[in-house]
This record gives sequence, C-alpha cells and structure tokens, in this order.
Amino acid sequence: MTAALVPLVVLLPLLGAASALILGRHRRAQMVVSTAVLASVVVIAAVLLVAVDAGEPTVVAVGGWEAPFGIVLVVDRLSAIMLLISAIVLLVVLIYAVGQGVADRHRETPVSIFHPSYLILSAGVFDAFIAGDLFNLYVGFEILLSASYVLLTLGGTGERIRAGVTYIIVSLVSSLFFLSAIALIYGATGTVNMAQLSVRIAELPSNVQLILHLLLLIAFGIKAAIFPLSFWLPDSYPTAPAPVTAVFAGLLTKVGVYAIIRTETLIFAEDDLTVLLMVVGGLTMLIGILGALTQADIKRLLSFTLVSHIGYMIFGIAVGSELGYAATIYYVVHHITVQTTLFLTTGLIERFGGATSINRLAGLLKASPFLAILFFIPALNLGGIPPFSGFLGKVGLFLAGADDAGAPDAAGMAWLVWAVIAAGAITSLITLYALTRFWNMAFWRGRGELEGYESVLLGSVQEAPEGATVTATRTTPVMMVAATTALVIVTVLLTIFAGPIFEFADRAAANLIDPAVYVSLVFPGGIR
Amino acid sequence: MTASLTLVVLMAVLFGAGISIMLERSLTRVLIGFLLVGNAVNILIYLMSGTPGLAPILNEGVDPGEISDPLPQAFVLTAIVINLGITAFMLALIYRSWWLAQLGAKGDLIDDEEEEAQDAEEAAVLIRSSADDDRAIQEIIDASDEEPDEDLESEASARDAGERDRDDEQVRR
Repeated sequence: MTAALVPLVVLLPLLGAASALILGRHRRAQMVVSTAVLASVVVIAAVLLVAVDAGEPTVVAVGGWEAPFGIVLVVDRLSAIMLLISAIVLLVVLIYAVGQGVADRHRETPVSIFHPSYLILSAGVFDAFIAGDLFNLYVGFEILLSASYVLLTLGGTGERIRAGVTYIIVSLVSSLFFLSAIALIYGATGTVNMAQLSVRIAELPSNVQLILHLLLLIAFGIKAAIFPLSFWLPDSYPTAPAPVTAVFAGLLTKVGVYAIIRTETLIFAEDDLTVLLMVVGGLTMLIGILGALTQADIKRLLSFTLVSHIGYMIFGIAVGSELGYAATIYYVVHHITVQTTLFLTTGLIERFGGATSINRLAGLLKASPFLAILFFIPALNLGGIPPFSGFLGKVGLFLAGADDAGAPDAAGMAWLVWAVIAAGAITSLITLYALTRFWNMAFWRGRGELEGYESVLLGSVQEAPEGATVTATRTTPVMMVAATTALVIVTVLLTIFAGPIFEFADRAAANLIDPAVYVSLVFPGGIR
Repeated sequence: MTASLTLVVLMAVLFGAGISIMLERSLTRVLIGFLLVGNAVNILIYLMSGTPGLAPILNEGVDPGEISDPLPQAFVLTAIVINLGITAFMLALIYRSWWLAQLGAKGDLIDDEEEEAQDAEEAAVLIRSSADDDRAIQEIIDASDEEPDEDLESEASARDAGERDRDDEQVRR
C-alpha cells in the first residue's frame, strides 16, 4: 500500500509548482500551497522510511509498464533517509524564505517566481533520489538544475548574472558528460535500468567498464564539486539570496554524492576505483579547506568548507566497507543539515550586522546573544567538536578507514588510507580554526575596536572580488529566526539520536554493499 | 548491428566544432557551442539504436531483428526538449547580460581602470541629475531596446543609461 506513496513525492511538488504559478498574484495563497506541499512530502517521506525499514516493498513501475521496459521508482533505505532529510531541510528553508520575503516586501526579487521554481527544484531533488534507471536520474538532475538556474539568477543583477553564467555553463557541460555516458552505457548493455545494469556491466570487458565508469564519475564529480572539478562552486553560490545559497549548499552537491554512491555500489559494484577516489577525496578535503583559510567573506568561507567536506564522503565511499558506507550516509545527513543551518545563520548575520566580511563585523555577541548561539552550535558541529554529530560522523569514517587499512589484504594501500585519515583530521582542525576566527572577530570583538584593528589572524584574509556592501536592516523577522532555530535543533537531535540513526545507516549500508538486494527489489521474480 | 559512417563522422565534427566554439569568451558563442555538442550527443544516442533506416515499430509477426530500437529515439526526444528549454533560458540570460553591459555598470568584459574613471565622472554628473532627466533617459532606453544596432543614438543612450544605473545604486545605498 505504501508503494502508492512513492510517486507522490515528485507529483505533489510539481502540481504545487503549477498552482503556485497560477496563484502568482496572491502571495499568501502561494505561501500556503508551497508550505503545505513540502510539509506533506515530509510526512510521506517519514512514512516511507518506516515502511522501508519494516521491509515493505516500495517499488513502483510507472504506468504499469514493468521493469526493465518501464520506468521504475525505487525507494530503498538510502533513498528513504535522503528523501526525509532533504524534505525537512527544504521545508525549513522555505519558511525562512517566506519570513524574509514578508519582511522585505520584495524590494529586489520577483518572488512570484520564487515559489514555483523552488518547488520544481524540490521535485527534481526527490526524483533523483527515487530514480530506478539512469535516464530518469538524468531527468531528475535536469529538473533540479533548470530550477536552480532560475533561483541563482533571481532578480537578474549584474553580480548574479555573472555568477550564474559560470554555474550554468559548468552544469551544462556536466549534463552533456552524463548524457554521453548514458548513450554509451546503453550501447554497451542495452538497458538503463540500474538493477539490470549492475548485472550486465559486470559481464563487459574491464577496459570498457573503466571508460564508462570514469565518464559517469566525471559527470557526477562536477555536480558533487570534487577536486579538481570543484572550482566553480565557491564562485557561484555566495551571490544568491541567503535561503537559495543555503539550500544549494546543503542539497545539490549531496545529490551528486548520492549518485556517486549508487554508481559505486550498484552500477559498477565490480569495477574498483578505490585508489583514485581515495586520492581525490584527500585532495578535496585539503585544497578546499586551504581555500577557506584565506576568505574574509563568511559566505565564501563556508562555500570552501562545503567543498572540503565533500572529501569526507568521497573517502567513506572509497573505503567501501559496510562501516564506511554507514558512516558516509550518517555524514551526508549531518552535513546537509549543518551546512544549510550555517548559511541560514549567515543570512541573519548579514541582515543584523550589515556585512558578511570578517573585517567589518564586530560586537555581535553583545548585540544579539541568541544569534551567537545559532552560529556557535553549528560551527562547532562542522568543526567536529565532540559530542556533536560532525565528530561522530568523522570518527565513524576514520574507524572504517582504520579497519580497512588494518585488513591483511590491504598491505599496499594501508599508507594511503592513513594519509587520507591524517588529511581528514587536519581538515577538521583547520575548519575549526577558520570558523572560530570568524567567531572571535564578529562576535567577541567589541564594536569600538573595529577602527584600525590589527591582528595576526587577519593577516592573510582576502575580501570577496566584488565586496558588495549590504545595508543592515536590523529587523530579524521571527519566522527567519524560528526556522534557523528549528534547523539548529535538528542538528542537535542528530547528535542525541545518533545511535538509532547510525543503526539505520548501518542497515542501509548492508543493503548497499550487496547489489543483489537492490536487484531483488526491482525484479522480485529474478532477472531475465 | 551496423552503424552509419555518415552519422559517426557528423557526430565527430559536431563534437569538435562545438567544443572549440564553447572555449570562446563570448556568451553567444558558448551557447552555439552548447547547441552543437548537444546535437552531437543526440546523434551519439541515436547511433545506439542499431541499423539505421528501419522503422521502430513492433507489430505482430514482425521479426525483432527487422526494427530499430525505439528507446534511444525516446531518449533523444527527451534530450531535445530539455535542450530547447535551456537554450531559451540561456538566450534570456545572454540578453540580460548584454543589457547590463550596455548600461556600462557590470558587463561581461569591462576594464577595471576604465570603470573607476567612469565612476568619478558619473558621480559628478549625478549631483545635477533630476527627475526630468530620468524620464527622458527612460524613453531613450525604451527606444534602444527595440533597435539594438550600434548607431549613434544607442551609444548615447547607453552612456545615459549608465548614469541612470549609478543613480539607482546610489539611492539603494
């Protein structure tokens, strides 16, 4: 019975987007529609999560055309938890955006198109998570990307157009890679159904497998912003409105990570690229965080930490053991919430302090102690301070890596794994340094000290290329603060309920490392 | 399965031409490059449907070896629709970007020093600007929107429009 709910997670946002577009002139009705739609998706995702965990089948063949000919929508444990966390984050950010829109009276942004685009973005994200075949995954990506182009260039100011152009062209190139990969995979195997692919790809010659595998990884790597394909991200995200940046940073890169997890565990389960992923993961961490060190602008700083923390997930995927995947899933969930929270808090800081640069902010702790709490908790969490979820996720990843390095068959690989673990520890410390430096300057420094302030901490920081001044509005609407607080509470809950969540992630990982589980979900009667 | 050599060559040429055009700095050329590469990928997908020239219809009594695979054709159709939508958006973006460049404030390729000199000049002009000027400038902009040719009038309007933009920004600050 629950299987009937699966298509709704895509259908509801799409229908909601259509009605929001029709209701373009009635702002209040638009808000009600989009909030109601995303709230119901949260409920559906929660129901699906419980059902999947209880072992109920949640596979739908769209239009009654059975796999492999029809399009299948599959919800396994990984999809279910991704659906739930992304629905929660999307809902909270929507409330934040509504609060901001109400307060600002839409001075700059034509918000009548914000709600429809936002809902279409949600539909694309959800579609990517439940896609059971590669082409549907491509369509999901395209839906979310098209909506993200509109959201990123909202208002069409010069700065946003320029940032948007980089983002759009890079995304187009990655889509072309993806589409070419699909064409070649179809040519080689005669199917795009992921379950069937996992069987048929294994029968191909290994060099053909390698080419197809790399092509797909490049496409997803650009989307997930993995070094050296990450250059576009810190340049394009920070210029968008705060809620848009928050949801992009939290979710869009994780859709890429999700696709990489599927590639590694299901489609190319036999083909092994551990060394490549390990090296790339380590470099992503280090180079991303070194970039963050020199940023004065908190939005750019957070964009760089976003890139660097993708490296942890790639490391977990590279380890490839059950514990590795479990820790990766937990880390993805943690990172989606924490990164979004930090960007939302930054939006509040921008309104309250009138700037986002470390050189111009001061005395915020005295001015607004509550804002300080909202920044402090997720900042420590991202830096990996115990007992927060960031610490637990990293410990899980490092344990999985250590297990892998200690295994008798990994003799030649051991030093590489240890090196990446060391890189991860260093990255975590530098993240903490970069965020506490911002904390020291923006929150602890008194307002009077701002003039002529000198410190070794500020020696190497650089302003954003177009350091736009923002006017402090001093109004922080209740809805924006409430939404941010809610998300901070979610991050704390991820810590408190780390036990059950990790156990769930462990069960999801157990399904992942055995592709036969996914295949039997899609083909209950065995594959022909 | 046999593939058509013509299509393979066409695909290769489209890929090559498209990628080299995409490397240009001008946005319009990037868009043209994207269109060429997009079509090359579509041909690549189509090539996967088997022997060219057969109908993709499976009636009763037809040998499956005698038809083309219909699935890649469905893929191509979907890809074409997506490309169309994105092309429309890119055109709007390019137009907007050109418009901003005409305004002189933040174009795609603007010399920094020149911009600073302009800033000082415009600041001086700003003080004298009035509501009447604004209305007159608005009319010129509206006229120049319709005929974006590089004639004297639009050049003049571009300069004026630049002033107006500065003006707006100043007010916002």
